[in-house]
Amino acid sequence: MAEERPAKWGLVVDLDRCTGCNACIAACSMENNVPFVGEDEVAYGRALYWIRTQRYWEGEYPAVTPTFQPVMCQQCGNAPCEPVCPVYASVHSEEEQINLAVYNRCVGTRYCANNCPYFARVFNWFDYELPEPMRSYLNPDVTVRRRGVMEKCTFCVQRIVRGRQKARAEGRELRDGEIQPACVQACPAEALVFGDLSDPESRVSQLARSQRRYHLLEELGTLPRVTYLKGVGNHGG
Amino acid sequence: MAVESKPLETVLPAAHVEEDPREHLMFDPRPREEMNRMIMEAMTTTSRRYWAWVIGLALVVLICLFGAWGNMILTGMGLAGIRRPVFWGLFIVTFVFWIGISHAGTFVSAILRVFKAEFRRPFTRASELMTTFGLAAGALFPLIHLGRVWVFYWMIPYPNARWLWPNFRSPLVWDFLAITTYLLSSTIYLYLPLVPDLAMARDRTTGWRHTLYRLLALGWRGTEAEWHRLRRAITIFAFAIIPVMFSVHTIVSWDFAVGVVAGWHSTIFGPYFIIGAILSGVAAVVSILFVLRSTMQHMDYFIRKEHFDALGKLLLVFSMAWAYFFFNDYLLTWYGGEEAARRILTLHATGPAAWVWYLMLICNVLIPWLTLWNRTIRRTPWAMFIITLLINVGMYAERYTIIPLTLGHQRMPFDWGVYTPRPTEISIVIGTFALFLLLYLLASRLIPLVPVWEVQEGQMAHTLRRVGKAEVPSVTELE
Repeated sequence: MAEERPAKWGLVVDLDRCTGCNACIAACSMENNVPFVGEDEVAYGRALYWIRTQRYWEGEYPAVTPTFQPVMCQQCGNAPCEPVCPVYASVHSEEEQINLAVYNRCVGTRYCANNCPYFARVFNWFDYELPEPMRSYLNPDVTVRRRGVMEKCTFCVQRIVRGRQKARAEGRELRDGEIQPACVQACPAEALVFGDLSDPESRVSQLARSQRRYHLLEELGTLPRVTYLKGVGNHGG
Repeated sequence: MAVESKPLETVLPAAHVEEDPREHLMFDPRPREEMNRMIMEAMTTTSRRYWAWVIGLALVVLICLFGAWGNMILTGMGLAGIRRPVFWGLFIVTFVFWIGISHAGTFVSAILRVFKAEFRRPFTRASELMTTFGLAAGALFPLIHLGRVWVFYWMIPYPNARWLWPNFRSPLVWDFLAITTYLLSSTIYLYLPLVPDLAMARDRTTGWRHTLYRLLALGWRGTEAEWHRLRRAITIFAFAIIPVMFSVHTIVSWDFAVGVVAGWHSTIFGPYFIIGAILSGVAAVVSILFVLRSTMQHMDYFIRKEHFDALGKLLLVFSMAWAYFFFNDYLLTWYGGEEAARRILTLHATGPAAWVWYLMLICNVLIPWLTLWNRTIRRTPWAMFIITLLINVGMYAERYTIIPLTLGHQRMPFDWGVYTPRPTEISIVIGTFALFLLLYLLASRLIPLVPVWEVQEGQMAHTLRRVGKAEVPSVTELE
């Protein structure tokens, strides 16, 4: 069996390709048991999306163009949410090198959410019950969260763990592109690419070296693991 | 003749108001036993109006605080108006407000004691009580604002089977430790000078009060050795509690200053918060003194115009110091030119809730500067009551500007949002105000609100000596 080397998972978002279709949001919510909060609460600003599409308008009416930018947890290498949590509910995983939310440890101070410059964290304001037939779609690999708990994108850590276990059982190394978070899998325009940044030959590493690359608010020194590729076309972000 | 005398008048110094030294409490002594009796009367007299207030406030605490909080625990934090991106709202604003109020006692009592400011004597206890009860009201909020309050003890460092400790890098853990330290030390500091007065009350009461005071007075007899030890203990605590007081509000300010939030990440927040806390605390002392003076018996003997005058001067100085720190915070942020922080400061003054910002400046700067320089206003208790209430309104507005209004407009404009408090939050906030008043009302009839022995000690040191025809006030150095 090959020696497993620690991976450094990363995501590339090509803004030239993003069409703003929101398929990533739907896929993420289904994969991660993200509850639906209802129209009124969404309108009030309490939607529990782990990934959202920021839509900006460019130009003056009527010559306006929308630009889309999917934003999820940037899995910062130096995450502002981690030191402020009093109970270690926001921690860095050594194995996946990502930032994890420990739901059953969270006491709900919401400090991490204030301190996240990307506002990637969402809070369970109430207990959100699913009506009966819909409960059967819940993903058994992901815990459901109760009221008073923070949650956020985990790069679908359950898929990373399962992919690694599968490769280990078959006695081989992980193939590039074998592990895909739900949003990447669902993106019809292939605007999202996921993979191991520590492997210079992986597709994600090659894309992350593109001349169009930038990181969100990188001047803050958070060392995000998500790389954006600047859009140069009409509909890029 | 009349024409000639005119230039002479202008040369003469302005008529100096000859003040009767007996206007000062320290030069207006009364026999010890009479003073003791006055305090006992003030403590044991309860009117119908008093009980109406106690019952009313108790109902408010029960319904508005514990009822609304209980409902929120059972239903979810969503009952409060907070939402993304404003995750902290009225709860944290009021938390900072109460911790600020709690600086009153230590400032008035410890700092003025250390510097031997004689005017402090009659109201040290009244302000120390504000510290304790302000902390009691404020310390509720870190619990109230928790999403899962039923596991709050995870934030406490306690030994457990899994060796899980709290994260000592988190300012919230520093907060917990600082507030616990301050609550414990200020309670001891309240209790120490209380012992001789409790013994006085013990010797003049019967029934349940006698039992209570006998227990609390710890067998105080008033021997020379006891006084010596008590003085030493008070001195040690007065010096030791000052750095604790400074640390508490600095640490509260670090909740914000160590974050990456634009508009919070400022090195001046520590001293800025302390000055704000002392301004609001001393203002609250004046408000409370006015209420005590106008509702309790014999209080007009102990609390006089001179005290409002002296505290008014302090308030003017603190208002100026606050304005200085406020100016620094804004000037350096503006000069530094970080776009996000600059945008926030602009939005404070021009955004949707700019009235809060102007309210803060009017109440904290304009009103004190326009009024407190005037001796007549400083010596008018009801005017001081209104001014100090307004200062606290301004300080509340300051915390509101710093917390929800700053969080709402961060670096990503797509996520900008405004926050409006909802009835549950407002009710809980009102509930803690009622809790503070209720505790104060109950304490005012349970313990002597004026430290009689301190007043008597001061009066013994102050004497009027006759020099020829003039009476000269003189003070003997104590200790």
